[in-house]
Amino acid sequence: MKVSYFPGCTLKNKAKDLDTYARRCAEVLGITMEEIENWQCCGGVFSTAKDEIASKLSSVRALAYAAEKEQILVSVCSACHNVLKQTNHAMQNDADFALRVNNYCAPDMAYHGETQVMHYLELLRDVVGFDKIREKVVNPLTGKKIGAYYGCLLLRPGKTMQMDDVENPRIMEDFIRAIGAEPVVYAMRNECCGGYVTLEDKNLAAKTSAAVLDNAAAGGAELLVTACPLCRYNLVKNGGRDLPVVYFTELLAEALGVLDATQGVKEENNG
Amino acid sequence: MAERNNMKEQILRTSGVNPLKCMRCGKCSATCPAYDEMEYHPHQFVYMVETGDIEPLLNSESFYKCLTCFACVDRCPRSVEPAKLVEAARLMVIREQGKNRLKPDDIPAQLDEDMPQQLLVSALRKYSK
Repeated sequence: MKVSYFPGCTLKNKAKDLDTYARRCAEVLGITMEEIENWQCCGGVFSTAKDEIASKLSSVRALAYAAEKEQILVSVCSACHNVLKQTNHAMQNDADFALRVNNYCAPDMAYHGETQVMHYLELLRDVVGFDKIREKVVNPLTGKKIGAYYGCLLLRPGKTMQMDDVENPRIMEDFIRAIGAEPVVYAMRNECCGGYVTLEDKNLAAKTSAAVLDNAAAGGAELLVTACPLCRYNLVKNGGRDLPVVYFTELLAEALGVLDATQGVKEENNG
Repeated sequence: MAERNNMKEQILRTSGVNPLKCMRCGKCSATCPAYDEMEYHPHQFVYMVETGDIEPLLNSESFYKCLTCFACVDRCPRSVEPAKLVEAARLMVIREQGKNRLKPDDIPAQLDEDMPQQLLVSALRKYSK
């Protein structure tokens, strides 16, 4: 199976592990991720303003590209996924917005929300299936206590994202079980890390990140997983605690036996 | 008064929010991770827009503290969605010529080697036009 893939700016740079292992694992699971040609940055955050049009055009172009290929549009970065899904929702439900976008893009492009947008985790759950992943695991992370960190972008706004229960999600916990580890469920897993405000207010980010890490550690987590480069940055940089935070794709690669030899939580732990 | 009504109308139009749905339970502010840093809190945004008291909101830095985490949006029992008002007020300010909060030239001084690109593009979207 082939899917259209929107990597986004950070996965080409600071978060290469999120990208490399997502592609490599997808191949193991029978899915080829075809990178969209000439994709443009999603902008990182979706503006809820109804009269904000131009900043959403890059997402519409990606959606239209996938529609033309009749493929699912997949992203791995929480932020890209959030922006793509919210933009798609607006194209489907906000007639005025869709009209303005299509008037601007005509005659080269017309798009009306046909594409199905999926986060890589949804691809694992709904297309591949966690049972199938369990069968493919060659290196189960047995005994590892892992906390899922959802943050906000994966889940909210819930009625648009529709990934999981916004207050009691389980997709990442199910993922953690599928790779043989034990999920640690803690209350702060869907609270914000401090986001982009960290650029001008480190204290705010330190407070929000520490609240997440302290709560996860109190629950017994040895390691946190995330799908968001900004969450990872804030937790590691501003969280004030030595709790490792890795991308979920790294753990998947480790479990599937395709992780580069220099990395891996299991080896680190055994060493 | 006309100016005042105009600002209110602009915010309502941009946000698509109906503040009259609010039943003043305060859950938006209770769940806001940036609450302590704000002069005007999410529930106050809703009330002040409803009453047309927009100017203090525009002169305050409160909307720069909003993390756009959508906690207030999802947890509002009346689907008022306060974050959309915060966004509309912020845009009303930064869309004005010369009112950018963050300029590209400011960024190099704030960089560190681990900072993801996502952080910079998001901040530019939120603080600049």
